[in-house]
Amino acid sequence: MSPRTDLKIIKNWVAANSRILDLACGDGLLLKELRLEKRIEGYGLEIDPEKITEAISNDINVIATNLDVGLSQFSDKSFDTVIMTEALQAMKNPDLVLDEMLRVGKNCIVTFPNFGYWRARISLAVYGRMPVTKKLNYQWYNTPNIHFCTVSDFEALCAKKNILIKSRRFAAEHFADKFLKGILPNLFSDTAIYLLSK
Amino acid sequence: MPDKIPQDSIGLVVPETIKFDEPLELACGRTLVDYQLVIETYGKLNEEKNNAVLICHALSGNHHAAGYHSPADWKPGWWDNYIGPGKPIDTDRFFVVCPNNLGGCHGSTGPSSINPETEKVWGITFPPLRARDWVNSQAKLADKLNIKKWAAVIGGSLGGMQAMRWALEFPDRIDHAIVIASAMKLSAQNIAFNEMARNAIKSDPDFQNGNFVEKNTQPRNGLALARMIGHVTYLSDEQMGSKFGRSISAGSFQQGQYNPVEFEVESYLRHQGDAFSGSFDANSYLLMTRVLDYFDLAREYDDDPVKAFSVAECDFLIISFLSDWRFSSTRSEEIVSALIDAKKNVSYAAIQSNLGHDAFLLKNENYEKTLATYMNRILTKNRRERQTDTEKGKTS
Repeated sequence: MSPRTDLKIIKNWVAANSRILDLACGDGLLLKELRLEKRIEGYGLEIDPEKITEAISNDINVIATNLDVGLSQFSDKSFDTVIMTEALQAMKNPDLVLDEMLRVGKNCIVTFPNFGYWRARISLAVYGRMPVTKKLNYQWYNTPNIHFCTVSDFEALCAKKNILIKSRRFAAEHFADKFLKGILPNLFSDTAIYLLSK
Repeated sequence: MPDKIPQDSIGLVVPETIKFDEPLELACGRTLVDYQLVIETYGKLNEEKNNAVLICHALSGNHHAAGYHSPADWKPGWWDNYIGPGKPIDTDRFFVVCPNNLGGCHGSTGPSSINPETEKVWGITFPPLRARDWVNSQAKLADKLNIKKWAAVIGGSLGGMQAMRWALEFPDRIDHAIVIASAMKLSAQNIAFNEMARNAIKSDPDFQNGNFVEKNTQPRNGLALARMIGHVTYLSDEQMGSKFGRSISAGSFQQGQYNPVEFEVESYLRHQGDAFSGSFDANSYLLMTRVLDYFDLAREYDDDPVKAFSVAECDFLIISFLSDWRFSSTRSEEIVSALIDAKKNVSYAAIQSNLGHDAFLLKNENYEKTLATYMNRILTKNRRERQTDTEKGKTS
């Protein structure tokens, strides 16, 4: 997947002039682009002080927040869309974070690395080693990503929580996978992108 | 005394006294017929007059925020870590103004000044003040300095309260409010600490019901005790543990001997109290702690902080320190939450530090970077606006 494919999809799902909350916003570039392209009004939440400084220099509203504590400072449905890209797997309680996102936002956009991806499966099945990808280049003992799931796992959680999947898209970096992900997304996509509501 | 004044310091600075002849109506209903503010300024006001920054001091601060008054000074102004050439509040690029607040005791009109009506020292009869009175007097100061709009109003603790009040009282005269280690109102515990400090002062026989100047005394013991109480609340348990622990500065616990023990923390506190009581007016201390206690940002807005902040037009940077228990991060997060609900631009940094409330004055890399980055953003915004104006000029 080219690094911006998921962002392109997210931008299409965000309404112009809407109010956006971006969880684990990093340097805030997504919000910056959304503001330029969609004139959104947004806030990013981030825990890493270095990234907070980068977001400030990117002219973003960034709020130091530990997402594992929840979003109690935000009122119900106070944002049009709450976004979390590639961070759900690093949460202590991803299911509770999802609940909080759906409470605060009318819509939610979530992206995560799909551990049902064939390369991850081969790593475990053939080599007997935990998958290490270029994008998530950590060993099992030092990874911040403590809750990996597959596309099927995620959808099972949504079903259990009565979360409405309004749209789903899959992305793959490798050329061949780009064609195959449409047929078997859980096997051929490395990143899953969901639009949810409750 | 520093061997020589450090390179990154603004260097020698000279305070100025600004006199105001027109009366100032105060929140308590009384009026100061005239008054003066002692200020320091660093840097130069640019042609567009959009680089002026107001620094609001905290409880025991004054106008001397940066630099040295004399090469013999053993320490610089109270916020020299953050104000100076190349520092986060960069005096090469900003025009920095720091007044001593009304009611203070370092040259601005206050309890130790002469009441023009009685021609005697005001003392305890000086009118009680509120943060809005300071803000009003600072607005008059801005008029005198030809500053229509502050690029930023910045303050820590009680200074942060003034920055917030500025945003509500003069929304069109402030571009950014930087509120550090502050709160929208004090908690009961916080008021309690202030009341202990006030009681310490008032119960000193030399306080003389506030008329100590006339009686030619100074309630130094009371003031020192007040400062000791305050000072402890500005530090963290962890920091006191690592700085002093249970080290003793005198005496011994040797059995069979009587050699009274003094812990290092005791000598330290006594030194802090003594130094402070020699340089601060007890009535000013009472007045300033009352301003802190009375401050309630949303009182006039149906006690609704969102409604209060809705009046503001500026952008906000809120900073807290994780070991600060006197003005905890939770208090700052309440400000942030209200600002978000009021749909204001706000950024918030919670700085890792074990130095308690005092951290806002002390060196900290993350804090420096955060503040410097935000100050840069202000300049970038100014440049962008100038470009837009030039382009508009070209097309019209």
